[in-house]
Amino acid sequence: MITEQERQRIQTEFQEKMDYDELLNCMRCGFCLPSCPTYIESGYDEAHSPRGRIALMKAVVDGDIEPDDDVKRSLDMCLGCRACEPVCPSGVNYGHLLEQARDIIYQNHELSATTKAIRNIAFKGLFPNQGRMRTMTGLLGFYQRSGLQKAARRTGIMKFLPDNLTAMEKVLPEVPSLKQLKNRPDHLPSLVPQKKKVAFFSGCLMDSMFMSTNDATMKLLQYAGCEIVIPDSQACCGALHGHSGEMKQAKDLAKRNIIAFEDTGADYIITNAGGCGAFLHDYGHLLKDEPDWAERGKDFAEKIKDISSVLIELGFDELPLQLPDQIVTYQDSCHLKNVQKTFLEPRQLLQVIDGVQYVEMKDADRCCGSAGIYNIVESEMSMQILDYKMKQVETTHAKTIVTANPGCLLQMKLGIEREGLSDTIRAVHIVDFLLEAYEYARQPVGV
Amino acid sequence: MLNDKVKHELITIVGADNVQDSKASLLVYSYDATPQFQSMPDAVVAPRNTDEVAEVLKLCNEHHIPVVPRGSGTNLSAGTTPVEGGIVLLFKHMQDIIEIDEENLTVTVQPGLITLDLINAVEAKGLFYPPDPSSMKISTMGGNLNENSGGLRGLKYGVTRDYVMGLEVVLPNGDIIHTGGKLAKDVAGYDLTRLFVGSEGTLGVITEATLKLVPMPETKKTILALYEDIEAAAEAVSSIIAHRIIPTTLEFLDQPTLKVVEEYAQIGLPTDIEAVLLIEQDGPQEVVDRDIEKIAALCRDNQAIRVDVAKSELEADALRTARRTALSALARLKPTTILEDATVPRSKIAEMVRAINDIAREYKVDICTFGHAGDGNLHPTCLTDVRNKEEIHRVEQAFEAIFHQAVELGGTITGEHGVGAMKSPYLHLKLGDEGIAAMKGIKQAFDPNNIMNPGKMFAKSERKRVVVHA
Repeated sequence: MITEQERQRIQTEFQEKMDYDELLNCMRCGFCLPSCPTYIESGYDEAHSPRGRIALMKAVVDGDIEPDDDVKRSLDMCLGCRACEPVCPSGVNYGHLLEQARDIIYQNHELSATTKAIRNIAFKGLFPNQGRMRTMTGLLGFYQRSGLQKAARRTGIMKFLPDNLTAMEKVLPEVPSLKQLKNRPDHLPSLVPQKKKVAFFSGCLMDSMFMSTNDATMKLLQYAGCEIVIPDSQACCGALHGHSGEMKQAKDLAKRNIIAFEDTGADYIITNAGGCGAFLHDYGHLLKDEPDWAERGKDFAEKIKDISSVLIELGFDELPLQLPDQIVTYQDSCHLKNVQKTFLEPRQLLQVIDGVQYVEMKDADRCCGSAGIYNIVESEMSMQILDYKMKQVETTHAKTIVTANPGCLLQMKLGIEREGLSDTIRAVHIVDFLLEAYEYARQPVGV
Repeated sequence: MLNDKVKHELITIVGADNVQDSKASLLVYSYDATPQFQSMPDAVVAPRNTDEVAEVLKLCNEHHIPVVPRGSGTNLSAGTTPVEGGIVLLFKHMQDIIEIDEENLTVTVQPGLITLDLINAVEAKGLFYPPDPSSMKISTMGGNLNENSGGLRGLKYGVTRDYVMGLEVVLPNGDIIHTGGKLAKDVAGYDLTRLFVGSEGTLGVITEATLKLVPMPETKKTILALYEDIEAAAEAVSSIIAHRIIPTTLEFLDQPTLKVVEEYAQIGLPTDIEAVLLIEQDGPQEVVDRDIEKIAALCRDNQAIRVDVAKSELEADALRTARRTALSALARLKPTTILEDATVPRSKIAEMVRAINDIAREYKVDICTFGHAGDGNLHPTCLTDVRNKEEIHRVEQAFEAIFHQAVELGGTITGEHGVGAMKSPYLHLKLGDEGIAAMKGIKQAFDPNNIMNPGKMFAKSERKRVVVHA
């Protein structure tokens, strides 16, 4: 419950801090409605639409309504997928409004003890800290390798966890050992005549739980003609914090990253996680009110490029790529598409692979329901969205679902597990898939 | 606020899940797409079927509670803003296509169905439902029927009214009536079907509609004619029609509109010329080719500096889609965009364009114009800021002048957006006092307690546009 006192504080801060011009920029035409997954899944409830949420924010500023639990509920329900932005003819920056509003609410509202604990562990303990993230992942590895996982599954202890967490536990990737996790490169040469010098943003989750995907990314870059620097002082991108109303921490992390990458001399900063990429892409906006940082944030943001986009630019799609015959479909990463506007390149790369029959699924650009920690905190809506997604996957008859973001990847794996399809369908990150295709095309004939 | 007894009865009728009255839920149904209008309802109710609609209406009639039927809230005349409070009626449980009758070429739908879903469903069977309002991706059929929506294809194919064959309507007293049917001919009594279409929810609630379908046109072709002179473009419109060619679509966009649309859509629209005409013809290949050739020649005769033919259906579709975003894209330029849809006979389109430009200069307001030029239906759109009261006042004066001008040219104050709350103070310009009295008589006959969408269509007094705030 938001107390009376908290409401007043929130309302005052809304009036002081919310970007009123941007709120007015929404002319309420409703063109965003069909793109909003929560509007559709809630059975066309305006309170769960972008137009409705903007109207609520504006009403709080105007003093027409108090920021009560229903207002908070409406904002909490938003996936933050930003699918409403590219379809908005008026060009409303919905994502920025949402971040502002959530930040104000969370800074002024005492959360329940459990919610606070989860948020603290995730936002303060784990994600800003590569070392701890690695230890944590290392522990997960120990759990998987030691037989504890089997034991846990056998004893049925998992039954006491919420359904989707239980399923989630099954789909976590086999993680590397602590030793491997600590032994990361900081510089790699191009393996062909060099075309570009790039810096690699390794990401916290990507460089621990999905370390092999990061390795694959770097290999692809090397094959495509990139010299790579990987600054080891880089930090988490801050997306999870920014999207969950922990704006101050997000800004601190942004500054650490700007410093880490500023002097690398790289043409681009490469990411392989749509969610991180989009947040890095927004650093200019994030730091716009800090004179010492605004320009540096913008310069940093301009260099951000997704792996599939740089691969197309460097002609990787003209190299021989091959895989055994299979139907493949692609699930857009919302932020890669809606913020970084990268959606043609991954499809282009998949379509040039020999043996791959690419089938576009219906609503491939609709959010899968992963959305950071949304699938844990709003699991009911998340699973409803995922069920719709899996239906679309099944109509394509795809054997492989390709994604471009770790959250989406886990969610698609979860979807496969929930549908009992783990024997027939797999979900894979696009770089792992491309590396497979690169290597398969080059294996000796007859093998 | 509804009293507890009424609320309880509503819950008994539609179930607790379908009655909302939290402040947040009321706020999000306090507006539609019309700027400057906002007003809180007392409850939001979503009946699950026609019988429940009838029960709800009976209850509201008994207690004199206003009822505002609402589709997706894309209305542009404040027609779905609950200016007198009451109940906002939603149709989220009534979204089905009940039947596509391929022998009679009809489709029967529920009011909550999204327009584009209907269009796609019938096109999958090789049939065609022509009305295509710009908001069709999200507008509902209930909204289209009540507003008699037009669209880009109106020139050749007409508007929603021309496709409605029969309706099921719940009257304020709870009676359920059926008008028309799957009949090519039917003169049994008054034509209530036509009366309800475009009645803006002021007479009853449409709960089902049977619509006419036509065969899909074999092929279509799209061209873009570029002009250095706005009035020359308007002359071309009249000239095409005077030469006995009726294109499917004949749309006009001026330079400021082109610029913002291009900024959003990024499809390579020309932005360095004064105006374009987007023209489309459909039908058998040889007819389309012949017409398009003639149209292109007529455009050139009327000073078009270039005529481009869309190379593919993809390109043509991008042009159409871009045109549909014109209004919302204009919102990029200023915080508030107020548009009108004054309509004149086609032959007067050039005169009207000239008049709009003169009026904009006279009142020192920023007006961009786009619209269905072939229908004589323009959308002069004023870019302003609600916070600038002085400018808003001039905007209202300018629009009043535009209405007067349109009526003087034999036109009307609204071609397709409806009167709603926004244009009710101006209805007398078009109808005169006798016309309004006749319409009020009809309203009185159907809705003696004035519960259906009150505050719309008929102005309470000669008051000018007001901001109704929560």
